[in-house]
Amino acid sequence: MNTTTDKVMDLNQAVRKFVSEGCHLSIGGFTANRNPMAAVYEMIRQGVRGLHVYAHSNGQGIDELIGGGCVRKLEVAYAGNGRFAPTCVRFRRAVQEGKIAVEDYSNYQMSLRFLAGAMGVPFLPTRSGFGSDILEKWGFPKNERRQDPKLPDRKLCVISNPFRELGGPGQVVLVPAIRPDVTIIHVQKADRAGTMRIEGLPFTDVEQAKAARHVIVTCEELVDREVLRKNPDANQIPFFCVDAVVHVPYGAYPTSCYRYYDYDPEYLNRYRRQAGEDALFREYLDRFVYGVKDHAELIELQGVERMERIRADAKTGYAPGLERR
Amino acid sequence: MIPYTPREIMTIAAAREIQDGEIVFCGTGISMLAAMAAKHISAPNSVIFFETGAVDARLDEVPMSVADSRVMFGTAVNGSLIDAFAFMQNSRTGRKVVGILGAAQIDKFGNLNSTVIGDYAEPDVRFSGSGGACDAAAFVNRTIIFMQQEERKFVPEVDYMTSPGWMSGPGSREAAGLPPGGPSAVVTNMAVLGFDENTREMYLRNHYPGVSPEEVSENMGFKVDLSRSAELRPPSDKELKILRELCDPQRLILD
Repeated sequence: MNTTTDKVMDLNQAVRKFVSEGCHLSIGGFTANRNPMAAVYEMIRQGVRGLHVYAHSNGQGIDELIGGGCVRKLEVAYAGNGRFAPTCVRFRRAVQEGKIAVEDYSNYQMSLRFLAGAMGVPFLPTRSGFGSDILEKWGFPKNERRQDPKLPDRKLCVISNPFRELGGPGQVVLVPAIRPDVTIIHVQKADRAGTMRIEGLPFTDVEQAKAARHVIVTCEELVDREVLRKNPDANQIPFFCVDAVVHVPYGAYPTSCYRYYDYDPEYLNRYRRQAGEDALFREYLDRFVYGVKDHAELIELQGVERMERIRADAKTGYAPGLERR
Repeated sequence: MIPYTPREIMTIAAAREIQDGEIVFCGTGISMLAAMAAKHISAPNSVIFFETGAVDARLDEVPMSVADSRVMFGTAVNGSLIDAFAFMQNSRTGRKVVGILGAAQIDKFGNLNSTVIGDYAEPDVRFSGSGGACDAAAFVNRTIIFMQQEERKFVPEVDYMTSPGWMSGPGSREAAGLPPGGPSAVVTNMAVLGFDENTREMYLRNHYPGVSPEEVSENMGFKVDLSRSAELRPPSDKELKILRELCDPQRLILD
């Protein structure tokens, strides 16, 4: 809990302060939408290693973190990027080459796990998982789990329903809570203390933020406290959950940010092609990640016209007619 | 009659499976298109919703993923993942939900693998993983499955059971702790396959015009009953016009 009123810092500083080697991290967003990409690139630039990452369906952010060599372990439901990459390319290679260890859950299970963390309960029950190998096959062996005090000994477990007299299932699956060391999310608006407003779908960002020990928020607009307090019904996360506020316009680029900009199909398609070959992927990293000093420089590199093409229109929140092949 | 592509008849065949008043859980790609087509053609009161929490989106343009900003515009509610999966299982709405799924492998009981080919610990090929598929397969009343008609995809046994179908036949879902329901149809680029009421095994229900039941069978890794198959009514001019002009004029999914 952090009740101070000014948490604004730059991204380099925020990542240095809260993300350390081997820490347990979760990032917000879903496939190619509202991933905290500026923070992802900053972590790659800083050479963060050995991360234990939690995600439900992060596409681009997770794949670039893996490609950048930051990830050792991943608990995930879906490592795909929609039509841009049905299976994330660097993720696939890293798993097939045994470079990262993966524990598979479903989207609902991962969301429940974040919710449990946010609620402060050790687990939540569901019927999802019965009949699936998600229940039977474990990615992290028990002895490895025991070595990490932040991990539960079991991936999940099954118990009988103690309220059977009300009807319902005889048994339920329990999925363990997640408490990330740090959650990073990108939102449309935040104030200096960290109160924030997500526009469009929040995905599981709210639960991910509330479950974490520390939260970094990057935002399109850093606004006065009164702007958010005039319409508090539209805010989701209160300031005391937040530790660092970073103003990063286009902070989700090349993924989209509802009402601000669309995803950049050109960038994402080129990424998919280059990610498929090590030498090309190295070129990609050298040019767009290591080759720029910060996110503003990456945006500048794309050019004004390109950013204009993905600008969201006021009515729909995306860029109608955008060439998306 | 207007000529059509395999992808177009596949989309129309799936759209015809959706009944008016159903709540349609959509994944990425062709399943969205089928749901959009159904809403414009035969199921105007169906509701399209996404695991991301978007309910009854307008979908003026085809989304590239279930989290595309295009699913957020003009919805009834922009909820969260927790909300979306709750709708699939709560007693009021859950039984009205039809899920549309896809996978890398399917067996004769409609069990799906979208996780790995080979051994889980050391996979030959890694795929995206469940996403919301395992959840939908567990919770909803019935599912429609999209597959390419290929021998390597229709397998005697899936390498990894991501999303349970009828599991090992009648009674096995209940024994595993799952609610009733299961796959109702598999829609491919050659045919629509159903599941027998008694055995829950896949059978050929409809082959597409110009495709013989034997050709369908040649593109499967296990035998199914071909005797009940009827040729599918080809897409009408009206169906094609709606699909091309209203649903995917940019041909992002159709090509």
